Amino acid sequence: MLRLEPRAQPSTRMMLATPVLAVLLTLLAGLVLFAILGVNPFDAMYAFFIQPVENWYGVAELGVKATPLILCAVGLAIAIRANIWNIGAEGQLVMGGIFGGGLGLFWSDGGGLWVLPAMFIAGAIGGALWGAIPAFLKTRFNANEILTSLMLTYVAQLLLEKLIHGPWRDPKGFNFPQSKPFESYASIAPMFEGTRLGFGFVIALIVAVGGWLLLSRSFLGFQIKVIGLAAPAAGYAGFSQRRITWATLMLSGALAGVAGVNEVAGPIGQILPSISPGYGFTAIIVAFLGRLHPLGIVIAALLIALSYIGGDAAQMSMNLPVAVASVFQGMLLFFLLATEVLIRYRIRGRRRIVHG
Amino acid sequence: MIFHDVIHELTAILVTTVFASTPMLYAALGELVTEKSGVLNLGIEGMMLVGAIVGFAVTTLTGSAIFGVAAAALAGAAVSSVFAVLTLLLLANQVACGLALTIFGTGLSALIGRSYIGKPLARIPQLHIPQLTDIPLIGPLIFGQDALVYLSVAMAVAVYWFLNRTRSGLILRSVGENHDAAHALGYSVVGIRFLAVLFGGAMSGIGGSYLSLAYTPLWSEGMTAGRGWIALACVTFSTWRAGRVLLGAYLFGFFTIAQLHAQAFGVPIAPEFLSMTPYIATIVVLVLISRKASLVRMHAPACLGQVFNAG
Amino acid sequence: MVNAPRLALHGITKQFPGCLANDSVNLTLDAGEIHALLGENGAGKSTLVKIIYGVQHADSGTIDWEGESTAIANPAQARRLGIGMVFQHFSLFESLTVAENVALGLDNPGQMREMTRRIVEVSTRYGLALEPTRHVHTLSVGERQRVEIVRCLLGEPRLLIMDEPTSVLTPQEVDRLFEVLRRLAGEGRTILYISHKLEEIRALCDKATVLRGGRVVGECDPKTTSARAMAEMMIGTELSSPKRLGDAVAGAPMLRLNNLSTTSDHPFATNIKSANLSVCAGEIVGIAGVAGNGQAELLAALSGEELVPVPGMIEIEGRPVGHIGPRDRRGYGMAFVPEERLGRGTVPEMTLSENALLSGYTVDILGMVKSGMVRSVQTQGYASRVIKTFHVAARGHGSVARSLSGGNLQKFIIGREMMLEPRLLVVAQPTWGVDAGASASIRQALLDLSRAGAAVLVISQDLDELFELCDRMAVIYHGRISETVQVKATSVEAIGLLMGGVFGTSEDRQDNEGPNAAA
Repeated sequence: MLRLEPRAQPSTRMMLATPVLAVLLTLLAGLVLFAILGVNPFDAMYAFFIQPVENWYGVAELGVKATPLILCAVGLAIAIRANIWNIGAEGQLVMGGIFGGGLGLFWSDGGGLWVLPAMFIAGAIGGALWGAIPAFLKTRFNANEILTSLMLTYVAQLLLEKLIHGPWRDPKGFNFPQSKPFESYASIAPMFEGTRLGFGFVIALIVAVGGWLLLSRSFLGFQIKVIGLAAPAAGYAGFSQRRITWATLMLSGALAGVAGVNEVAGPIGQILPSISPGYGFTAIIVAFLGRLHPLGIVIAALLIALSYIGGDAAQMSMNLPVAVASVFQGMLLFFLLATEVLIRYRIRGRRRIVHG
Repeated sequence: MIFHDVIHELTAILVTTVFASTPMLYAALGELVTEKSGVLNLGIEGMMLVGAIVGFAVTTLTGSAIFGVAAAALAGAAVSSVFAVLTLLLLANQVACGLALTIFGTGLSALIGRSYIGKPLARIPQLHIPQLTDIPLIGPLIFGQDALVYLSVAMAVAVYWFLNRTRSGLILRSVGENHDAAHALGYSVVGIRFLAVLFGGAMSGIGGSYLSLAYTPLWSEGMTAGRGWIALACVTFSTWRAGRVLLGAYLFGFFTIAQLHAQAFGVPIAPEFLSMTPYIATIVVLVLISRKASLVRMHAPACLGQVFNAG
Repeated sequence: MVNAPRLALHGITKQFPGCLANDSVNLTLDAGEIHALLGENGAGKSTLVKIIYGVQHADSGTIDWEGESTAIANPAQARRLGIGMVFQHFSLFESLTVAENVALGLDNPGQMREMTRRIVEVSTRYGLALEPTRHVHTLSVGERQRVEIVRCLLGEPRLLIMDEPTSVLTPQEVDRLFEVLRRLAGEGRTILYISHKLEEIRALCDKATVLRGGRVVGECDPKTTSARAMAEMMIGTELSSPKRLGDAVAGAPMLRLNNLSTTSDHPFATNIKSANLSVCAGEIVGIAGVAGNGQAELLAALSGEELVPVPGMIEIEGRPVGHIGPRDRRGYGMAFVPEERLGRGTVPEMTLSENALLSGYTVDILGMVKSGMVRSVQTQGYASRVIKTFHVAARGHGSVARSLSGGNLQKFIIGREMMLEPRLLVVAQPTWGVDAGASASIRQALLDLSRAGAAVLVISQDLDELFELCDRMAVIYHGRISETVQVKATSVEAIGLLMGGVFGTSEDRQDNEGPNAAA
């Protein structure tokens, strides 16, 4: 029988190795999965992971899909480090899309350079507000933020549906539930001809760097880490649990909100009843895959983005169901959590009983 | 005539409340036992969905709802065992694993379910006792339900009995209360928690199968629509006391169904806003319960969510 | 075999990563004997008895139980053999009743009613009064220990192991415990008594085995050996007493508590009731008390982790501070050493330089934080200075807190607080679980700090420590603080009475739930 012996210090080697190990295990499991589904495993793997990025459009798509993941995951990672589980990033993303997108839709003036920045700010405000609600409920009433932020996700989604089926429906849209497309001044133009990759990706990268600086160098980041690692020590030091709760929830909400604006003003180009295939939830996986480190998150986001695109590609070329992508993502998170134990513990054989 | 209509409407509300509450009652009872042993399993939504599709699929293939429900329970337990291995043997963070279980369960159920979308299925039969079921109001409520509803109430009583009146229940509670002490006394903390998690998985599976076999006898992706999370709120609402779980499940079930009745009544509020009510109601109830921090702390299993390593 | 010893250990050895806990230990226990296992913290006593009780397994060596060679696989088997153990840290479940707790500790409890009857019978027989239906969280620490002992006794043990039982008892409760133990020994049972309290061992035990560094370094008869001789066997060198530099010259009051009263959300809390106290510059004031009488609540109120409704209830240098938090109180010259070293005093996973930041950021001249950014040069430098000045055995400022031994971690924490040059230092349990060498240097540092003009408040369970350090002392009981007395003018017995609640006011008796069990 094996047992787990705590290490004196967490193993840095393992910290870097475990995401790689988890990815390899997931790929192995994927081969098995495809075999069960009755398709040639290697063809499916190729269609899933390699084919999508064989051209520049595909590579750019990686960035398109990674942008909202990076934005949400960086915010999530900062919150999780403080032991604040903001599961409602999806709802905050939607609210960001509503606020920012709404501003862009109804800008009556005719445009200008500052419409887009204003939209981004509005989106950040929308997301931050939606994150402020769980913060308020937690600090004032001690209500668990996992449940409150999650419930608010459903509320946000329903609000979006109401707007799209009602006042925001495009009068010229043949009664389809969609808003009118954004004018050019309210749209994010692609950076490269023939792709959908917009400036949002650059923003995401800047956010990742900023997040890294925050966590590693700033005093706020130190407070966040202490609260997450040892809450009584934070109390001893005089760090305010309340302030950190508000700060992390509003920050991660704001970032999710920016992701929301970016989606509607960029790749989608209008507001639809569903503006995200669950980026806010998938960001949780990205955050863990990136070891809650902003720079690791960038790499993780690209990998997960690949799984999204791969899912679409495999569906088109091999008629595989789209749900395979989320099975992959779930498995990846499982393997990641499973291998994490190696960072903090060593595996040892159990001692035998001494007989006299 | 009007009186008759009111009775009819009232009966419909009560009966549909029972339908809406039963899945959550199963899931909440399962999670209660799990949390009493000290484990926080956030994967209820995923386990319910897996139970829903497996129950639907097996019933469709075998023609027997009994096999379907049993398979759903097994599937829920199987999926929860992954969570158990990760958190109890590999000492992973329980919150993250629960979320992973939800994501995985959602995807897996969608994968299994793609060939069952839109397929019809007969609703599992409901009781009909000639004289009793026809009594206005209470007749259909008490004597006109299906087997799973009666079973859910029986399970509520059984869980209460188990936790408060049996030695095994006492041991389980002690593990959640102080796992170091329980270990020092020679109890297998990991073993007991493992069983508690499996029970929770099985119950969530059955709860999910109720959705696809009775509530709306069909399968659609993500059909739980957050009920798993509401079941979690139920457990907190009940302050970990079995009797109150029953009350909570029915309360929350009422919230989920009330908005449909309001829409049917022609209440002049947009359907999307009405659909929000169960979620907002959940937040409100949660806030009301959590405000009394002392109450929560007194009844919450002291070791809830903490990692245990015997070493 | 009739005349075989009850328990004989031969060559027991146990190795942990980085530490040889037991090194070829031999031990023989006879029937009816009260045998002391003596040694300071870290000597290997706990490990040895865990091996006897089946919680741990030895790497090599043999165990003979009543003449027969035995392997003890787990506690259940130990109990079947007739071995019972009362741990230092109780295995009790707060929200359950006494009867439920006892039932959980027995392998074959039978019906609740029958067991309740047996509990009452055993507890009255040995003078360990208990009410089976009370919830454990309502019991005092001494009463909780009774639950542990009764639970053991229901298993009819022939060997009873007591691991540091008196650290949580008042002197009067200690006397009562000794009566129980002598009675049990008189019935032919063997008692293995682990402690580092020499006077108690001399009062109670027939034989003593001394452990040091995992090895048996000697055996003696406590009744004929002096405490000093036993202490030197335990430590291995000559003892030196800390130097007290004459009497304290008390200056202005640095800390004043004015009718301090606290409330708490926590259902198991003990609230402070109208406490009055003052600590002046240049003196050391102690608060004695058994754990669970409100120390945690008092410390939280003093540090600022819990705010009090009336700001004037706590004054630092005359300034009302009851409404402000730890950061600002440090700004007024207060430093604070908490009881929990890992997890409150330090973050276990962080390095010493990061942990220096926990309180160092409040002192601007140290410059650890500037424009919202952490300056690692400053934190690392400070941590290095603390390590050097206080002789902390660590590889450097980059070691994580968790990797330090208990004594060294405490030296670091105390050093970190002292080098902030506070005018008021509040310390909880300064040398609990710390080896003798580090203890001596910590106590010396406290004395030096107070002589340099700071006010020091020490809250501790250890009367020896308090008598050594303090100029004045008070006692905390059920949330009330007694009047202070001059240490030179009082005795352990008198303080012991105060610790047992004999404050002399009738209000205190109303505080007890149920019959007044103490004193």
